[in-house]
Order: sequence, then structure tokens, then C-alpha cells
Amino acid sequence: MPPVTSADPDVPRTHLPLRERESGDPRPPRPRVRTRGLTPEALVHHLAALLGALALAWLLFEQVLPVRGTIGFWLVWYLLFLTLLAAVSSTTLDRQGVIDRLTAALVTTCGLVLVTVLAGIVVFTFLRGRSALGHLNFYTQTTALIGPDAPLDQGGILAAMAGTAEQVGISMLISVPLGLATAVYLSEVGGRLADAVRRVVETMSSVPTIVAGLFVYSMMIIQFGFDRSGFAAALALCVSMIPVVTTTAEVVLRLVPNGLREASLALGTSRWQTVSRVVLPTALPGLVTAVLLGVARVIGETAPVLLVAGNTSEMNLDPLEGPQLSLPLFIFTQVRLPLDQAIERAFGAGVVLLTLVVLFFSLARIVGGRAPGRVSRRQQRRLAARFDQRSEERPDQIDAGDQPDHEGDLP
Amino acid sequence: MSTLTPTQGPAGPAGPPPVLVAGAERARRSIVAKPTPADVGFVAAVRGAAISTLVVMVLIAFFLALGAWPAFESQGWRFLTTQEWLPEAGTFGIASLLWGTVLIALIALAVAVPIGFGAALFISEYAPPWLRRPMVTLVDLMAAVPAIIYALWGFFFLQGQLLQVAQWISVHLGPFLPFLRVTTPDSLSGYTSSAFIAGVATGAVVLPTVTSIMREVFAQAPQGEREGAIALGATRWGMIRAVVLPFGRSGIVGGVILGLGRALGETIIVYTIIAPTFTLTTRPLESGSNTIAAHIAAKYSESNGVGLAGLLGAGLVLFVFTLFINTLAGVVVRRSRSGAATEI
Repeated sequence: MPPVTSADPDVPRTHLPLRERESGDPRPPRPRVRTRGLTPEALVHHLAALLGALALAWLLFEQVLPVRGTIGFWLVWYLLFLTLLAAVSSTTLDRQGVIDRLTAALVTTCGLVLVTVLAGIVVFTFLRGRSALGHLNFYTQTTALIGPDAPLDQGGILAAMAGTAEQVGISMLISVPLGLATAVYLSEVGGRLADAVRRVVETMSSVPTIVAGLFVYSMMIIQFGFDRSGFAAALALCVSMIPVVTTTAEVVLRLVPNGLREASLALGTSRWQTVSRVVLPTALPGLVTAVLLGVARVIGETAPVLLVAGNTSEMNLDPLEGPQLSLPLFIFTQVRLPLDQAIERAFGAGVVLLTLVVLFFSLARIVGGRAPGRVSRRQQRRLAARFDQRSEERPDQIDAGDQPDHEGDLP
Repeated sequence: MSTLTPTQGPAGPAGPPPVLVAGAERARRSIVAKPTPADVGFVAAVRGAAISTLVVMVLIAFFLALGAWPAFESQGWRFLTTQEWLPEAGTFGIASLLWGTVLIALIALAVAVPIGFGAALFISEYAPPWLRRPMVTLVDLMAAVPAIIYALWGFFFLQGQLLQVAQWISVHLGPFLPFLRVTTPDSLSGYTSSAFIAGVATGAVVLPTVTSIMREVFAQAPQGEREGAIALGATRWGMIRAVVLPFGRSGIVGGVILGLGRALGETIIVYTIIAPTFTLTTRPLESGSNTIAAHIAAKYSESNGVGLAGLLGAGLVLFVFTLFINTLAGVVVRRSRSGAATEI
């Protein structure tokens, strides 16, 4: 068969539709389909439904129904909005389109509710805690020597902050090595035991915190005969902290590219050298994140501390001896007093606690925002500078692999 | 990683790489992995750490059971069926507490699951791309807010808002549904400290848990099938119903069960809000209820002897209960994560 060329007059040619339109096609071009965002029509529909429902709800509440209450008003308004939206949309859309509009409205509302609840909690705590936060003595004194009805310019949360710092510090000393080592075992050693451990750690993260407190109470105080102390509280916090550190760290270690491990092992290193010189330094930011998330989790735990830390309002810096206060415990005891000043103090301490949690949480996000092994531009420049400097000093040893901080070789 | 067995020392003879010639006889070189002492120590150390976390779980069960033994011995099976808590009179049990725990957890789920489901769909399907990451961060942050802060909010803010709602529900729906009635429908104070309010506040704590599990699973629905559904002319909701929800079914179930586990163990919020009673609450809108966790927090300081053992027993029951619930959730969620539930 002879090859068909475009010059052959018998072979029909394909036509580009664009040409036809250019050559005076009477049909108008079809409007571009919008795949995201609201069309002007949808915007009008939503606005009309919103305002119409507002007017109707006002009419119902103020003129017709004998009911009052803000929540009821907003609920009625919302239901009317959905009805009106369905009605307005059905003027231009078919049934499927109307259902799509309604579900989109419902789902977006759920997202809004979630944000509103969180914002409401934060704003409410700040508003109520404002009056206590303005006094400097709130941060530098304790409530030991004042009566519960003392004004806000006396007494403060110093003892609670010191206790929280000590308890969280001790529980970090125990949970961080244990949690990180467990994570290394799960990701670097593996095996059938590792699967079992992974499941148990998952279950451990959901043990009710009061049960953790009860466990330490039963072990330390009933069976071993110790007194209530900050150390016992720290032990109870460990039960919450270990699973957070372990699961987060394991995820991070799994993200370390296998090529790095293989390259290291191919150079003839032992397992321990690979883990300590390659895997852990690469995953370092993520491991810091794991620790910070663990701290953010336990710093506000109330239930376990409540059972085993004892009750005091005095400053106690010795975690092994005598009862010790902490921030959540302070809030808990103050809020149960039927006095305005005590409740304001509780909210003030709540603001401090919330700030600490947000601080640790954001730090964790900032440190761990990057995948392991990825370095930012700035880090890259710094590493390159260090590498150059090192090769000038000891040009023969640059690849010997005996530098403990060898991140310069990352891809 | 585990397939690699590192060898120590020079790895094989130096020289050009061996060329495989058909029929050529070559002596098989056996590769032996001989761990260094440092390696032996390393593996032993991390294995020891892993085993010690296992041991902690065993210790929790052991010490709770050890402390609770006197209570089980004195009450036997009645421990599970008695409603009152009178250790001094020698009769106490957790029937009413167990019922209150389940009731409040179910109310919490009734609030958290629809909102969490919608919020998860919003984040994974409806939110514009620039909003997704901030929303995920917000949900994580909400999960990190301490329970005591939720308790303050629930007691001082939410309760005031919900009283009217509770009254409205009771007055208007009570005539048809007996369990929504209260004994004093006229005064708002009859509605304070109820299982309903505690349940809604607990729902706020459970909300981020439910949302993040569901979102994670929804986001894994395959892109090709989504585009296929849209290309066939489905609306966005049609695509979600045909693709995202079937793929995420086990995530939904897992999220609900995990939320239940979280709600069952909630202590501080419930303790702050409810007025403790020891009857089987059949009217969730009425003041007064109790849960195991709140009961432990309330009674631990004034208990001793067999009463204290009873508290430990209640804690053991709660521990076993949540363990069961979470194992169940773990199985369901893991199946969805492994992709076994997403065959076509």
C-alpha cells in the first residue's frame, strides 16, 4: 500500500474545529465550565436564601412564636436557609443539582462549626482570664499564704508552674528515651514482636488518663507505700506520653529514605553506626517534633495528676517528697471554689496553660514541617560552607566518615 | 531495611566484578552477617525498651486487678449489677456508673459524629486547596487543647447556652417521647448538670478525634475514580457518594469507635458538669448522672479499704472496656489503611 501523503486529493483531511469558528461559524462559543468557586448565579442564590431566612426567622421569633433564646433563633434561621436555598436552586437546577447544593451547604457548616468551637474555646478562656493576667504577682507568687477570697493582686500560680515544669521534665526524662528507643526498634529492627509492640502502643494511647492515674496510685501508694508526690504524677504522665512519642517518632523514622540506609550499609557500617550516624541525624527535626507533641499532650493532663500528686497550695520544689501543685490541678481546685476571684484565677491559669500548649504545638509544627532529609536553602548554604571549610582544613579526611555531624552528605 | 544484612570488614575480594558466563563453574561465596558487639548491644537495648512498653500495659492491668481484688471478693458478680455505692454498708457496684458512662458517651457521639463527618468531608473534598493544611492543623490543635480547658468552657459557657435548648426539647418533644421529660419542666435549674450537657461538652472533645480519622481515610480515596465519576457527569456529592464514602466506610466506622473509646474515658469535663447520682438515669435532660471516670475522680480522696478497692475495680472495668473498644477500632481502621477494604 502506498504511503498516504497529505497532498493526496482523495484522502479526507481532518479539520480543526477552531478553523471553522474563525471562518464565521454562526454558533456562539460555549461558556467555559467553572470547576471551582461560586458562579455569580450560585452566589446570588446563597445570598438570597441567607437574607430571606434571616428575615423570616426574625418574623417568626419576634412576631409569631412565643419562644426566645439565641440558639433557637440561629437554629430556625439555619433550617429556613436550607429550605429557601433548595427552593431558589430548583429554579435553575435539577434534583441532583439541588441535593448537591444542600450537601455542600451542610458540609461547609460542619467545617465552620468546628472552627467556631475551637475559636470560641480560645476566645472565651482569654476573655475570662484577662482580669487575672494583668497582675504581675499572678506569675511571681503562690496562693499559699492568702485566703481563697483574697483580691487578684495577691497570690499567683508560681507553685503550679514550677510543679508542671518538674513533672513534665521528669516524665520527659523517662518517656523520651523509652519512646524513641521503642520507635527505633519498630522501624529499624522490626519482626513479629515489633508488630505486637506497635499494636500495644496504639492501645496504650487510648488508655483513659484516669486509669493511668489509678494504676500509679495502686502501685506506688497502696502497694509500695509511698506518699503522694510530684514523681508519682510524672509516672502517671508517662503512660500518656510514651505512646505519643513512639508513634510520631516511628512515622518520622519510616520517612527516612531507604537509599540512605542502604548507602551507609554498603559502605560497610554496622547497624548501630547506620542508625546513629545516618538515620537519627536525618530524622532529627521529626524526632524533636515527636517530643514536643508529647509535651503538649501531657502538660494539660488533669485526671492522672489529680489522683497521685496530692493537694497543696504551697511551693514544693522536691518532686520526691510531699504533695506538689501543677497548672491543671490548680485550675481544677480553684474552679471548684464558689468565689469569683478563684474562678478568675482558674481562667488566668487556663490562659497560661493554653498558651503553653499552643507554643509547644506550633514549635513542633515549625521544627517538623519538613520531610526528613530535606534541607532548606539556608541550611544548604550553611552545610556547604562547613563542608568547604572542612576540606580546606583536612583535605584527605573529608570522606572518611568519622564526623559525627555528617549531615552535609544528604541528598 | 531488614532485607539487608551488613557484613563487617572488607566486602569480598577486590577486583573487577564477576562476569557471568553460561556454564562456567563458580564457587558460591557464602555471605555471613556477623553482628558486632555494638550491634548486639544496640538491638538488645531497643528491644528491651520495646518490651518495657509492653510490660507497662501488663503492669497496669496487674496492679489494678491486685488492688481491686478485695472489692471483687466481697461483692462478687453483684459488683456489676448493684446501683448504689455504699462501701460502709458493704454494698456497692457500678451498674449505674456503667450505664451513665455509656449514655454520656452516646450523647457525645450523637453530637460529634455528624459534625465530624461533615467537617472531614469539608476538609478533604470541599475546602479550597489553600485552606486544607490550616484546617488540618486546626483539628490537630483542637485535639491538643487540654480537657480542663474544655471543662471550663463547658461549665461556664456551654451550660448556659444549652439550658434553653434542653428546656425547649423537653417541653415540646417530651409529651411524645417519655425519656425527654423532666420532673420540673418549668425551672431552668432542673436542667443543669445533666447527662445531656455533659455529653455535648464531651462531644466537643471527641470531635477532633473523629474528624481527623475520617479525613485521613477520605483523603485516600483514589484520584482516578474521583475523576472518573466527575467525567461521567456526577455532581460533587454524587462523586462523594459513589467513590469517597464506599472507600472510606471502614474509616467512618473506625472513627466512630475511636471516638467512643475517647468519650468513655473522659473524666474532668463530666466531673465538672454533672451532679452525681446513683440511679439508672432514664432522663438524660434531667439534672444528675454519673460515669465511672468521674466517680473515681470524686471519691478517691475519701475512700479507703474496700471502697478504694471498689474504685480500682471500677477503673479496671473501664480499662478493659476501652481496651476492647480500641482494639476493635484498630482492626477496622488498620484494614482500611492497608487498602484491603478498598478493592474494586
